Amino acid sequence: MNYTYFPGCSLEKNAACYDASTRAVAAQLGMQLTEVEDWNCCGATEYVSLNLTAAYSLIARNLAQASKNTSTHELVAPCSACYLNLRKCDKVLGQDPKFAGRVVQALAAGGLSYKPGTLHIRHLLDVLYQDVGLEALAAKVTKPLRGLRVAPYYGCMIVRPEFHDGGEDPEAPTSLDEILKALGADVVDYPLKAACCGGHMTQISEATGFDMIHRLVKSAADLNADLIATLCPMCQLNLDGFQGAMNRHFGSHFHMPVLYFTQLIGLAMGMSMREMGIGEEIVDARAALSRIGSEMAAEAAEPKRPRKDDKALPMPAPLKRA
Amino acid sequence: MEHNHASSFMDEVSSSAPGGEALRTCIQCGTCGGSCPSGPDMQHTPRQIFALIRAGERDVVLKSNTPWYCVSCYYCTVRCPKEIPVTEIMYTLKRMAVRDKAFDDSKAPDFSKVFIRWVEEFGRSFELGLMGVHMIRHNPFGAFKIMDMAVGMVTKGRMAFTPTRIKGLDGLKRILAKAKELEAQA
Repeated sequence: MNYTYFPGCSLEKNAACYDASTRAVAAQLGMQLTEVEDWNCCGATEYVSLNLTAAYSLIARNLAQASKNTSTHELVAPCSACYLNLRKCDKVLGQDPKFAGRVVQALAAGGLSYKPGTLHIRHLLDVLYQDVGLEALAAKVTKPLRGLRVAPYYGCMIVRPEFHDGGEDPEAPTSLDEILKALGADVVDYPLKAACCGGHMTQISEATGFDMIHRLVKSAADLNADLIATLCPMCQLNLDGFQGAMNRHFGSHFHMPVLYFTQLIGLAMGMSMREMGIGEEIVDARAALSRIGSEMAAEAAEPKRPRKDDKALPMPAPLKRA
Repeated sequence: MEHNHASSFMDEVSSSAPGGEALRTCIQCGTCGGSCPSGPDMQHTPRQIFALIRAGERDVVLKSNTPWYCVSCYYCTVRCPKEIPVTEIMYTLKRMAVRDKAFDDSKAPDFSKVFIRWVEEFGRSFELGLMGVHMIRHNPFGAFKIMDMAVGMVTKGRMAFTPTRIKGLDGLKRILAKAKELEAQA
């Protein structure tokens, strides 16, 4: 299994543990990752808000660089925003020849070229789920995550818009759930699994951004999750990095660790916390991870909903007057 | 006259977004706004924006905070029964507002501009530079609110203090200069 690998800016530093755990897990699973030579930023959601041709040309430079690796057409990105941008650019260039002409001309100014459709652009989750597969993953598990309650969080940009060719539902995906189950984890049925973390919203409107973070963290906490598993550096930064500011905004006291799914895969394969970069998260995950192997899981699985008084007569509750 | 005015704004928007022609088929069902996680904080829901575009209300649309509160989660796009690429329309409205300097609040456009300035100068994004410039300009006291996060990012080695410069920066600059020239002509 040979892939061209596009790490993206976040994985250089802020999400270095995502990069390290991805490379370590890939090596264990027999995947060969060749990094795109001299890649550049994908522009996130910012460039396309300013200049369409420049935004797509910036992305297309990466496609041109990636297609220089002629040993494979498979391009894999662990960051959801990079994945979506690379994939969307390839698709739009293929569908709109007039617009593609402008991007081709721009690329030529830098001595580069790219033919739409050359690369098969995929997210890391899709590759691990489809190419490696659950059986091969489960076979590598030496330290199952038994007793750890994990909320599987996909976020938006991997499952929507419908660029994903893995047959995933854009609102109710299941591949991450299945991977975490294969690792032995107790997977929470997380209703907000495909909701948005707010992206850059904390910097535009704090109230809007914190509200979106709050509902995700609260939902996971209400379901007694020990931690949230994510696959996007933006989601990780929002849910983990801004959790303290969000708590102060709402007067809440959540302590919900957020780890990358590759870190959990590595731990289940017997790799050390240090190797997986555990400890780089702002909300400490070690206490949650110490629950691995505990026998308390079945009890914790009981939802924390206030129960009705069994002895009460089946009467409607009295109306409250204002 | 009024009719031409209205249809020319619709032409402008629908032709500048990939797949934007579908905008003409909007049935005003409101699924977009109902699906939007940041909808409650928008001045107009996407449905209202589309009605305003149809009515030729150019100033109202380009001044609205709506596109700047879009978080690019694509719920509206996958749920729209007429397959309107709502998120792409929002990006288009942002570009038009930036070009015409029509926005009311410069906070969000400035964020995008600062983000991209680092990318254009070095080839990669630079979080510290982005947050630094943006906060000084728009939220000088915001730094105190996220002090614990900032300290954590530094002590845990998650913050780069200098941007990474790509090797092919000259080539990238030529590509972007050409792209901007072509965009201006389009």
